[in-house]
Amino acid sequence: MKILTANFVQCTVKACGSSPDCFPLHFDQQTPDLPLELAHEDVDFSPEFICNVLPRIEWPALLTTARELGNAQLPDTKPDIENPNAPENEQLLRDLHALLLETQIIQGSMRCANCGHIYFIRDSIPNFLLPGHLVQ
Amino acid sequence: MKEYLILLAQKHESFRKAELEALAELEQVAVDLSQHDENVPLLYVTLDSEEDARKLIRRSILARSIFEVWGRGNSLDSLHADVKQRTSHLWPEYKQVSFKFDIISYQGSRTKEEQREIVESFSYVDFEGPIRMKDPDEIFTIVEEYKTPLSPISGGRELRDICLGRYIARSQRDIIDMYDLKKRKYIGTTSFDAELALISSNIGLAAPGKIVYDPFAGTGSFLVAASHFGAMSLGSDIDGRQIRGTAKSNITTNYYQYHIKSQLLDTFVCDFTHNPIRPSFRLDAIICDPPYGVREGLKVLGSKNPERYADKLPTKLESGDLSHLRPDYIPPKKPYHFDALLDDLLLFAATHLVDNGRLCCWMPTANEDYGDRQIPMHPDLELISNCVQEFNKWSRRLLTYTRRPRDSSTTTQSPIAKSTRTYTEQFRDKYFRGFAKTKDYESAV
Repeated sequence: MKILTANFVQCTVKACGSSPDCFPLHFDQQTPDLPLELAHEDVDFSPEFICNVLPRIEWPALLTTARELGNAQLPDTKPDIENPNAPENEQLLRDLHALLLETQIIQGSMRCANCGHIYFIRDSIPNFLLPGHLVQ
Repeated sequence: MKEYLILLAQKHESFRKAELEALAELEQVAVDLSQHDENVPLLYVTLDSEEDARKLIRRSILARSIFEVWGRGNSLDSLHADVKQRTSHLWPEYKQVSFKFDIISYQGSRTKEEQREIVESFSYVDFEGPIRMKDPDEIFTIVEEYKTPLSPISGGRELRDICLGRYIARSQRDIIDMYDLKKRKYIGTTSFDAELALISSNIGLAAPGKIVYDPFAGTGSFLVAASHFGAMSLGSDIDGRQIRGTAKSNITTNYYQYHIKSQLLDTFVCDFTHNPIRPSFRLDAIICDPPYGVREGLKVLGSKNPERYADKLPTKLESGDLSHLRPDYIPPKKPYHFDALLDDLLLFAATHLVDNGRLCCWMPTANEDYGDRQIPMHPDLELISNCVQEFNKWSRRLLTYTRRPRDSSTTTQSPIAKSTRTYTEQFRDKYFRGFAKTKDYESAV
């Protein structure tokens, strides 16, 4: 699962939907059975895509996710990029590309701060199915 | 402004106009497609430039090729008159290029001798360049279409249309073969026909820079199709086995097979009625074939015996572990109504699509009782096309909606509401009783 995806998934328990704590899901508590594993995977760089997706990013949530995964390099506020092809923007776009698309969460768990439910990621694929007692 | 001729595939005719309209919007090409006739493989259009002609067709699956019209008529004589009148000023420009002539006939054919005679009848253009059958600079094509003969025996051939065109460009129709399911490494029982998946992606305006989502991704047929056109694809499914595949054969390996790995955003396992994508996140398109329960029974999270979970406590195993934390835990599921799922899908699309973003959704219908009332609607989504693929007793339709702009006055300002309609017999029930009339069915059982 990419960091970009972590920026748009929330707890799927219906009762959590109205809580501000259902997003983002947290990586701060991992279980020993499934230790957090990150990897770098090359993805072709598309400045156009990063520029299109940047307005959709929840920046404070991205800061939280990045910090929990051990990256504290991000600026405090969302950068404003008007021209994706301007040379002065290239490094910033490449940094965002590396963080959002090239950082893979291979395995680990994500926790809802509202209900405490834990979602597992295995083989890079998160599982958002809920157990019976959280659906009814 | 010049006239161009588009040759169209004689397949999936009801999708052709919708695909070209989508490509015109995507490529920002001004074109009037109102002359399109589903019974005719030729479509004449007027375009600003040759550049626009290339753009309009370069992603098309259902167009074959596009030509600059040098003349047209309903007989060889009227064609010659039109060619002389329209293009005599162009002939010096092509005097020295290498060239060849082709003849394409619809609903009829010509002998080699007749073909040579026709080609030679154009000798007045006086081209002096070399004739090259392979890779010539220019290809001049005579396209003729005959009226369908009343009976095959009478054999009377009457021309409806004959045209001389200068070849401009071809479409992407040949990639259908590359994406053919027979050659794809990872497929399943619900894998979707490659040609129609690619057409769906064109109609859904999949393109570089965009995020396309398939909430019923299965083995990822729509994901690879959208990614072929440059979109970042996101897929989910309630069936984790399909999303994961096996170590050697899965959605990711299909992406490697087609050399588009960078276009796969992510896949995840979820139930559509408990979708994790936050309501404030915007998607550019949703392209899907929702499960109508023939190949895969339609299930969502929940239990047939809700009392079992009434205490809202997790199930504890004898070992003391909580069952749902085990890696092999399988959550309970309950059957769901297809129409209810479609209503959920429209609500989700209205919430998540960008303004003017598209929802392309396949829906099966039994031919006996199809009517407009069956098409699901949402006030924030405008139905822009309804293309049909016919089978014997049923058909499936590709419904395409566009998200109305949020500041538009046509938008309902009331909160997005869930539909309250009542649901009738399921498509799968009709399918399994062979679409017989209910009365016959009841008397039979």
